[in-house]
Amino acid sequence: MSRLVALSTFVFTCWVTSPTLAQDRVDRMGTRPDPVVAKINQFIQQGWTDNEVQASAVAADEEWLRRVYLDIVGEIPPLEAAESFLESEDETKRQKLVASLLNDPAYVRHFSTIWTNNCIGRGEPRRISRGGMSKFFREVFARNRPWNEVVVDLVTAEGHFEKNGAANYILAQMQNRDEGVQLTAKTARLFMGIQVQCTQCHNHPFNDWKQDQFWQLNAFFRQTGKRDHRKFDPNTGRQVDDYSEVTYLPDGRGREDKFEGKVFFEKRSGLMVTAYPKYFDKEVEIPKFMDEINLRTEFGKFLSEPEIEGGSPLIAKAMVNRMWGRMFGYGFTRPIDDMGPHNPASHPELFDYLSAEFVKANYDVKKLIGWIANTEAYSLTSKFSETNKIDDPAAGETPLFSHMYVKSMEAEQLYNSLIVATNAHKSGKMNYEEAERRRNRWMQQFVTAFGTDENDESTTFNGTIPQALMMMNGELVEDAVNLKEGSFLRGLLAGRGRPAEKVNKLYLAALTRKPTRMEVNRVSKLVKNYPRGAEAAAWQDLFWALLNSNEFIFVH
Amino acid sequence: MRLRTPSDMSRRHFMQHMATAAATIPAMNFLSHVQANAAQVRKNQKSCILMWMGGGPPTIDIWDLKPGSKNGGEFQPIDTAAKGVQISEHMPMTAKVMDDLSIIRSMSTREADHGRGRYYMHTGYVPNPTVVHPTFGSVVSHELAPKRRALEIPAFVSVGGGGADAGFLGMTHAPFVVDSNGQIRNAPSADAKKRLPSRLAMLEAIENGFMNSNRGELPEAHKDVYKSAVNLMTSRQMSAFDVDKAAPDLGLEAESEKTKEIYGTNGFGQGLLMARRLVQAGVPFIEVNMGGWDLHNDVFTTLKDQRLPQLDRGIAALTSDLKQRGMLDDTVIVWMGEFGRTPRINQNTGRDHWAASWSTVVGGGGLNNGQAIGATDKDGVGIVGKSYLPGDVWATVAHAMGIPLSTVHTSKRGRPMKIANGGTPIADLIG
Repeated sequence: MSRLVALSTFVFTCWVTSPTLAQDRVDRMGTRPDPVVAKINQFIQQGWTDNEVQASAVAADEEWLRRVYLDIVGEIPPLEAAESFLESEDETKRQKLVASLLNDPAYVRHFSTIWTNNCIGRGEPRRISRGGMSKFFREVFARNRPWNEVVVDLVTAEGHFEKNGAANYILAQMQNRDEGVQLTAKTARLFMGIQVQCTQCHNHPFNDWKQDQFWQLNAFFRQTGKRDHRKFDPNTGRQVDDYSEVTYLPDGRGREDKFEGKVFFEKRSGLMVTAYPKYFDKEVEIPKFMDEINLRTEFGKFLSEPEIEGGSPLIAKAMVNRMWGRMFGYGFTRPIDDMGPHNPASHPELFDYLSAEFVKANYDVKKLIGWIANTEAYSLTSKFSETNKIDDPAAGETPLFSHMYVKSMEAEQLYNSLIVATNAHKSGKMNYEEAERRRNRWMQQFVTAFGTDENDESTTFNGTIPQALMMMNGELVEDAVNLKEGSFLRGLLAGRGRPAEKVNKLYLAALTRKPTRMEVNRVSKLVKNYPRGAEAAAWQDLFWALLNSNEFIFVH
Repeated sequence: MRLRTPSDMSRRHFMQHMATAAATIPAMNFLSHVQANAAQVRKNQKSCILMWMGGGPPTIDIWDLKPGSKNGGEFQPIDTAAKGVQISEHMPMTAKVMDDLSIIRSMSTREADHGRGRYYMHTGYVPNPTVVHPTFGSVVSHELAPKRRALEIPAFVSVGGGGADAGFLGMTHAPFVVDSNGQIRNAPSADAKKRLPSRLAMLEAIENGFMNSNRGELPEAHKDVYKSAVNLMTSRQMSAFDVDKAAPDLGLEAESEKTKEIYGTNGFGQGLLMARRLVQAGVPFIEVNMGGWDLHNDVFTTLKDQRLPQLDRGIAALTSDLKQRGMLDDTVIVWMGEFGRTPRINQNTGRDHWAASWSTVVGGGGLNNGQAIGATDKDGVGIVGKSYLPGDVWATVAHAMGIPLSTVHTSKRGRPMKIANGGTPIADLIG
C-alpha cells in the first residue's frame, strides 16, 4: 500500500508541469476530479513529496460521510441517510453528496450561524438584533451571493437593524464611543485576514503594519453614526429599547471638531500626527464639503481590488483561508486571521492559486466549499501512521494535510447532532426562529464575555469539565436516552429486529458506523449484567455511552 | 515550613484595623472558635488567588496617583497601613490592610491590545503563532495537582472565566470555569448519580477503540477530562463552591449573611468568598474575574460609583479573612489586568490602553509586604529605575508557592520553556 502511494506521488509530481493531463486521470477515489480540484491535489501532493511523508489511506465511507455532514450542514447524518449512502454503489456518490448537501437548507442554517457568530458573537448584547443579522446571512447563503458583495454590504451598511440586518455587524463594533477603533480592527481581522489592532498605539512589533496605516484605515469609518431609538411601553409606562440604526454622519461624530477627512492620533513620543483615509497605497480625494463623499462606500470599492499588483484581494484570501481552516482544522496560516509577511503560509502557491480561482469564480462560496470537500486530502482518513505521524499541526508543525486532523465539534454542531440522533427534529414542528432561539438559549451557558471594548468572548465549550458535565447530565442527552413517545430510542426498541440489528442501528445513529464484532461482544457481555426486565436500562446506558464517547464528540 | 495559627498578636492587630474602618462596614469577624481551630487542617498547602481585572484597570487612579500632574485626574491619595505607601481615597478599606499587600508600580509590558495583553499577563509570554503557552494557573495545576492526592475537584478554578488556556499542558490543567453564584451547571441529579456506574462501565467498554487508533491526543484528553468530571460529580468537596453549604471535615461552615456582606454582595465579592473556601478545600489556584475596567469614557465617575467600592471591599475582606484564619502566609494574592490605562485623559474623560508604565499588586504568601516597589515619573508616563515584566510577578508567586524556578516545561514541539518565562522573583519581596 505504502509503495503504491509513493508511486502515485511520484507520478503526480511529474504531472505538475502538465496540468491538463491530470484532469483526465482518475484520482485515488476512482473519479475524475474537477480541474481546480486536480490542481489542488497536485499542490498538496508536492508538499508530501517535499517533506517525505506518505499520505494516509482514503477514509472509509462511514468516516467521510460523518465528516462531510458535520462540515457542510453542521450535524451528523440521520440514520436513513447514512444507510442509503453506505449501501449505494455509485462510484461518484461522494461528489453527488457534496453537491446535494450544498443545496440542503441545513447548509444555509449552518453557515448563517457561523457568520452571525463571527460578526456579533454568540452572546446577546443589547442594541443588536441577532435575528436581523441571521436573516441577512440566511439570504446570503440561500442565494449564494458573491462574497465580495456580501462584505461590501456589511461594511457599508446603514439603517434599521432589522430592515437591514447587515447593519448589526457595524452596531456590534460600536458598543463604545471609540472613534471606530474596534470597527477598524474587526473589519481588518474578519474580512481582510490581518491583525492590526495593536497598531493603534504603536507600529506592529513584527509585521509591516505601521501605526499611521491603522489610522488611515480608521479614517474610512469616521462618518459612521449609531442611533438607539426608544419607545413608550404602555404596560409599564416606561421608555424601553426600540430599534437601533446605523447612520451616515458626513461631518463625523465629534462634539466639538467637525470631521474634515483626517484623523489625529498620538505617537508613542506624545507627538500628535494626522492621517488621511488610505487603503494600502490607494488614496481618496477629500472633497471640500464632507457630504459629497461617503468614505465607507469608498472603502467598499477598494476591498475588491488586490492590495498588491497581481495578487488576489485580501477579502478573497481571507475567505479561502478561513474556509480551508474550517474544513481541515488548520488553515494556510495560523491563526487564519493573521496573514502577512511575518506569518508565511504553509502552502503559498496553493493558497494564491485557490484565492485566484475563487475570484475568477466570482467569489462563489459554494464552489469554494465544493472544491475543498472534493479534494484528495479531504477524503483521507484521520488515522495517521508511521509514515506521516510527523504531520502533526497540534504539536506546532506546519500542516501537510496528509491525513485528516481530528477537530472538536463546535457547540452548535453538537446541539444539532444531538437533535438528529434523537429524532427531536421530527417530533413536534417548530419554526425556524423558535428553533434558533432555543438553541441560542442553550448556548448561553457556554459563553463568557470578556467585557472589553472589543466585545470579545470566550467559550467553556472547549472540551473541559463544563462540557463533559453537560454531556453526562444535561437535558439534551437525558432527553435522548429517556423513552419518551416519538423518541428515537423508543422507536428502535418497539420496532422489529433482532437485538444485534438494533445495536447496529444505535451505532449508526450515533457514530455513523456499525459496531465491530469485538464491540458487539463487549456490549453483550455488559448487558447480561443487567437484571431481568431491565433491558431498557441497558439500551439507555448504551446510547448514553455512545453519545458520551470521544468518537461522537470529535469530527474526524 | 512552619505551621501558623492566628496568634493573639495578629488578631489584635486585625481588630484594630477593623475598628478604624468606615462605619458603614459590618465588623469583620469571620471566625467562630471551631473554625479557628479548623484552620490548622490544611497543613501549609500553598495557594494563589488571582484577581483578574478584565479590560485593563486605570492603576494611575488606584495605586499610583499623580496629584498635581496634568494626568492626575480627580482623585486624591490617602495614607495606608503601610508606611509611606499611598493609594486612592476611594480605597479606604484596602488602605487598612496595605501592610499585607505590596504594589509593583513599574510594570512595563508593551502589549496594549486586550487579547495580546490578556495572554501576556496570564502566561508571561507574548503570543506566538506556533505554540499556545499555559496560563499560570495551569502551570500551578500541573506542578501541584499530582502532589494533592486528596483533592477531588479541579486544581485550577476560574470564577467568571475570561482568562487564558492551559495551552500545551493540555485540557487536564485547563481552568474549571464557574459562576460566582457557585452553582455548578449540569450537576447530576440523584437519579443520574445512581445510573453513573453502569453508564461509565458501558462507556469504558466502547470508547477505547477510537482512542487507540492513532487519532492524536484529543481523544485521550477527552478521557482524562471525563475522569476529572466524574471525580468532581461524586466529591464532597463540591460544597466548597456553595457558600451556603457546610462541610465540617473540610473546615467549611455555611457562610453567614454578614460574611457575604463584608465581601460584597456582587459577583467579585462572592467570587472571592468562594475562592477562600476553595483554598480551604485545598485548591492551589483560583482566578476571580472582575470586569468593566475598559474605561475609555467617564473614568472617574465609573470608578468612584461602581468599580472601586466593590474592589475596595473585596480586597480588604479577603485579605483580613485570610489573615484572621492564619491562611494569609500560605496564600499569595495577585491583582492585575491586561494593562494599565493612559496617563493622559482623553476627550471623553476616559483613559485608553497603556502598557508602558502601570501597577500590579501582590500580597500574602509570606512575602515582605507593605511596600511600593518601583516608581513612575511625575506624570506617570515613564518608569524611573527598574521595570518589571509579568514573568517577574509569576516568578515571585512561584517562589512563594514553593515551585522551583528551575522547572521547565516542554512544548509539544519539544521546545523547553522555563517557568514564568525565566522571570526573576522581585528581590524586595522575597528577601
